[in-house]
Amino acid sequence: MISFYLNGKETKVDADPGTPLLWVLRDHLQMTGTKYGCGIAQCGACTVHLDGRAIRSCVTPLSMASGKKITTIEGIADTALGKKVQEAWNEVDVPQCGYCQSGQIMAAAALLHEHPHPSDSQITDAMDGIICRCGTYNRIHSAIKLASGGGK
Amino acid sequence: MNVTRRKFLKDTAALMGGLVIGFYLPSRGRAYAADLSPAKYPPDAFIHIAPDDQITIIVNKSEMGQGVYTSLPMLINEELEADWNRIGVESAPVAAVYNHTHMPMQLTGGSSSVSSSWDQMRSVGAVARTLLVRAAAEQWGVPEAECHVENGHVMHAKSGRNSSYGKLADAAARLPLPDRVELKEPKDFKLIGKPTRRLDTPAKTDGSAKFGLDVYLPGMLTVLVARSPVFGGKVKSYNADDARKQRGVHGIYQVPTGIAVAADGFWTAKTARDLLQIEWDEGDGARLSTPEMFAEYLELAKRPGLVARHDGDLVQGLKSAHRTVSAEYEVPYLAHAAMEPLNVVVDLKPDHCVIWTGTQAQTMDRAAAARVAGLKPEQVEIHTTFLGGGFGRRANPRSDFVTEAVQVAMAVGKPVKVVWTREDDMQGGNYRPMWADRIEAGIDKDGKPLAWKHTIVGQSIIEGTPFAAFMVHGGIDATSVEGAATIPYLIPNLEVGLHSPKNEVPVQWWRSVGHSHTAFVVETMMDDLAQLAGRDPVTYRLAFLPADSRYRGVLKLAADKSDWGGKLPAGHAHGVAVHQSFDSFVAHVAEVSLEDGRLRVHRVVSAVDCGMVVNPDGVRQQIESAIVYGLSAALHGEITLDKGRVVQSNFNDYPPLRFSEMPKIDVHIVKSSMPPSGIGEPGTPPIAPAVANAVFALTGKRLRRMPFGQESLA
Repeated sequence: MISFYLNGKETKVDADPGTPLLWVLRDHLQMTGTKYGCGIAQCGACTVHLDGRAIRSCVTPLSMASGKKITTIEGIADTALGKKVQEAWNEVDVPQCGYCQSGQIMAAAALLHEHPHPSDSQITDAMDGIICRCGTYNRIHSAIKLASGGGK
Repeated sequence: MNVTRRKFLKDTAALMGGLVIGFYLPSRGRAYAADLSPAKYPPDAFIHIAPDDQITIIVNKSEMGQGVYTSLPMLINEELEADWNRIGVESAPVAAVYNHTHMPMQLTGGSSSVSSSWDQMRSVGAVARTLLVRAAAEQWGVPEAECHVENGHVMHAKSGRNSSYGKLADAAARLPLPDRVELKEPKDFKLIGKPTRRLDTPAKTDGSAKFGLDVYLPGMLTVLVARSPVFGGKVKSYNADDARKQRGVHGIYQVPTGIAVAADGFWTAKTARDLLQIEWDEGDGARLSTPEMFAEYLELAKRPGLVARHDGDLVQGLKSAHRTVSAEYEVPYLAHAAMEPLNVVVDLKPDHCVIWTGTQAQTMDRAAAARVAGLKPEQVEIHTTFLGGGFGRRANPRSDFVTEAVQVAMAVGKPVKVVWTREDDMQGGNYRPMWADRIEAGIDKDGKPLAWKHTIVGQSIIEGTPFAAFMVHGGIDATSVEGAATIPYLIPNLEVGLHSPKNEVPVQWWRSVGHSHTAFVVETMMDDLAQLAGRDPVTYRLAFLPADSRYRGVLKLAADKSDWGGKLPAGHAHGVAVHQSFDSFVAHVAEVSLEDGRLRVHRVVSAVDCGMVVNPDGVRQQIESAIVYGLSAALHGEITLDKGRVVQSNFNDYPPLRFSEMPKIDVHIVKSSMPPSGIGEPGTPPIAPAVANAVFALTGKRLRRMPFGQESLA
């Protein structure tokens, strides 16, 4: 049994400690907002927060989550900042197919936590690892600006 | 507008005439499409009105990012006039009433959802509204003509009475359907043409949107299949002893496509699959290697092929040309690489089969599932989830992923979720074909294009599929030559030829289909001719586009909005391309530079004419999306084979465009009163040639091979 705090709730999982956190979230806990895209930390669709930092859950073994705080897209609106990011995403109408957007939002929220008013290059650095095949990058940029109080 | 069956017949016939060229699906639907009567498409198939006024629109197209869960409800609600804030969407089950209006199947593709539903969905909304008004008028004992509708209510102004749709729905549903309905004139549209937020956005920003991969059934097993590393290969022998010993593994099964590992979850299945020892009979596919294939293709391109278009006297034209140019082109196989890898959930019972998957092709997939399971199609139910990208891959004419999943379900005997890893998805074939092209062209002494000989070499995506009867004529697959045989420029002596070699690699439509390569070839060669003639690329094109053509409008608009010919930062250059596909016209002007020898696309100014626009913000989204999809291919995308094995495997070696490479994009929409045409795909074809032409303007180097990243530009 490994336990951690998932979106503020203590959660215990009986799984091999080497299992990637992504599959624990999805297959064991049916928290399906976190997506599988590549399995090798190339696309960022699986991005969640571990103690507030954006991590790739597809290459993070369950053992590393032990005792830690994990936030997923399902819990993003629990903080004022997370809610602001989500609302900005809605306001700019960012998603198309939507599959990558959980990862995009989690990465953006972690960025804004660290840099409340990020520069363009800070935005690029934070978001470059999250692939969107539908091409929503410019809207993501607008939404991050909006969430940081910079207007669209 | 008075819409009767007769009028529908006439309108649809006119529409089909325009669609035949650009539309890649069997559009012999004239007779089929003719009947859009209320009886054929009863409103209750598409609109559910609950007593609490919540409205559910049943959408018969798959939502894969293109915004169809918003645009089709907009069409319905233009006429229905319900409260837009109370509208929700559900995906349609498989049934004849949900078939595409142009063909006897349910299918999302060909950038046709809005154009083919334009009359149908507005009519559905109008029929529902008519019945609601009639129900109210009967209840109140007043003439229908004295009633009007407003935001989900029927009102009778004289008496001050009003009733919500929710209260009237039951009575309305009991009334006979009207024979005909009145549709609004475009000038009276309230919703169509207004930028409208997507209805699916909230579910896509809180993690609740359900994609195929998110479906979990009680007792379900996750299955990964080890498939042949070479296309067409078969299992010769295998040893699953180590895999079977893994905790959580339920069983190992041989299925027609390979060896299936069923386990309690993805990670167990993957770990176990890695332990399989399989010997493959690779078959003839093992002879295929990309460099040799291109060499063969280019040899073929020198020989005359089947003639797809022939104007004037080509030999004489080339002979009398003042100056000539010839060039060879190579474009590679491309994977669709949607963000959500393929997956299918199947719950198979002796007399019933339920499938959850993100498919673009419900009717074909249902038929395939029924065939495999030995059931009737009516015994197969398909739940269409959100698609984490489609781009054509999820409309497989062979129903490859559904067929396999049902085969797996039969072997396993429990509910299964068959998941393709990213590597499986990328190496699984069904690619955009690789193409080699050869063009010889000449101009006269005034610079006018005089002769154009274009030979295309590549596999047919249609041959051998159910679509061949409609789309392959005299050995020519219309999708292989679309955009080339339909070249719009006035060239008196012109020939387009085609070779369609066969091999083991399965190929398929990929966003914009044949146009994805022909626009690159045609529009870079037009730039050659402009340069040969010493003319500006925009004015040169305009000089040889037919006077009334809609190409001109977008070309001029893009040139104007990009300040074509104006001053650019040092080291930057513009390139232009214009193309028609799916009956829509798009021109892009790309601004590029080289940063340390690396190509950088700074900005794309785009002009689009897609007829009447339903959701302008949706059009902008689709152009942005199509540009990014095309740029990914132009700059990076390439699937290659080495002795039959796919070299690329994941996003590290098949890199899509990333945030840091994203150009600014300005989209300008031509105001039009023409019927709506496609928007999901038409933005893709002209981006590669626009960028290539900009590189030429900057460096004098012609890019004739995709992806461009392979060429030294410094």
